[in-house]
Amino acid sequence: MAEDEKVNIAGIVTDVGNTKMKKTGSWRTEIPTVNMDICTGCGICKQFCPDGCIVIENKKCIIDYDYCKGCLICENVCPFKSITSKREDK
Amino acid sequence: MTLNVLEGSMAVAESVRLCNPDVIAFYPITPQTHIAQEIATLIADGKLKCQHIEVESEFSALSAVIGSSAAGSRSYTATSSQGLALMHEVLFAAAGMRLPIVMNVVNRALSAPINIWNDYQDSVSERDTGWIQLYAETNQEAVDLTIKAFRIAEDKRVLLPIMVCMDGFFLSHTMEPVDIPKSIGNFIPKYKPTHAYLDSKRPMSQGTFAYPKPYNTLRHELSKTIDKSNIVIREVNEEFSKKFKRSSGNGLIDTYKNDRKISIITMGSLAGNLRYVVNKRDDCGLLRIVSFRPFPKCDIIDALKDKETVIIFEKDISLGTSGGSLFEEIRSALYSLDKKPKIIGVVCGIGGVDVKTDDIEKIIESADTMDNGKIVWLS
Repeated sequence: MAEDEKVNIAGIVTDVGNTKMKKTGSWRTEIPTVNMDICTGCGICKQFCPDGCIVIENKKCIIDYDYCKGCLICENVCPFKSITSKREDK
Repeated sequence: MTLNVLEGSMAVAESVRLCNPDVIAFYPITPQTHIAQEIATLIADGKLKCQHIEVESEFSALSAVIGSSAAGSRSYTATSSQGLALMHEVLFAAAGMRLPIVMNVVNRALSAPINIWNDYQDSVSERDTGWIQLYAETNQEAVDLTIKAFRIAEDKRVLLPIMVCMDGFFLSHTMEPVDIPKSIGNFIPKYKPTHAYLDSKRPMSQGTFAYPKPYNTLRHELSKTIDKSNIVIREVNEEFSKKFKRSSGNGLIDTYKNDRKISIITMGSLAGNLRYVVNKRDDCGLLRIVSFRPFPKCDIIDALKDKETVIIFEKDISLGTSGGSLFEEIRSALYSLDKKPKIIGVVCGIGGVDVKTDDIEKIIESADTMDNGKIVWLS
């Protein structure tokens, strides 16, 4: 339940599927960025992303920043060092 | 009315049969009592039709009934001493999720040292979990409270889990004549869950994560609900007494010759001994607490306002305060009175030590010379 949500008895949530509305990307402190020139679209980062935030489109890695929490596992596993990270200013 | 001579545990098992729970989960080994054994027998004999789950620990037993209750079925479990302690974490979940689970707790001492006899340390230690706690004086009352508990728990104004506490051995293993009603008719109607159930047409998430503000709101709601549940407990007690011609006082407290200058207070089966003392003497009356949670503050103030001396006999101790929880709570309830009675706390029967009527009388006789707020340890 989010901070401003209407509270039902026992905190029961009836509008299911609302996780999509909660953009957890705001939890991030480090932001990964992909160098599209190096990325081969091998998909290893996609396999390792614990939040399922990476899709491969046209043989390139696309990160969904709405939900990416910045764990940087993708940066660690990329065999081509195409993903780099930096502190995110908010 | 036919009286059957039954052991406390058997009698409770029979009362559970009358209430027709859908799901029962037990941890079947020590510290479980033979409530579980008797219910398993009833199921095996085809006298009780329900889903029976044998689990590997008390933590799992309560977790299983939380699951079944959240799916919308009437759920029941029973435990005792260390088993209740192992349930501690999930007790909060059951109350927070507002699941009307009924659980019989057979009160026995907690380790260490290991002791299997009766005192209230197990359930009194769980007083802040959000569960309603009712204490039975006799096997008959354990039966009646179990039946009432289903009705109270499932009331739309309550929707809280209930512990029906009965003394280990003094009640659970003792034969007493008990009236098990042939049928309870519509006293407990078929359970129709209104807030928590499994339905593909109305999907829901229960026991979810909550940020500080909604968490705060829900805890406040829970606190207000358990405070107000005393109204329902009273109503159900009244309806039960009309139908079955017996009651637990007013549902919250029970008084006996309480018009005398000294009031002696207790919970559970010890009230039997105190009744004997009250009958023998002419200076003291009895106040028995049936509902420890919600704590019936107003009723207690009303019953004790003109007393000179109040003596609290209890089988639990809140370590670090020298006395028991009941003593502390009654003392704080009486704080609002202008003319406050003298209060004496007696910690007795810890670990199953017999509480003798002679010792009770000695304390009543020497109450005059004792300081206000004194705590006596009876062993």
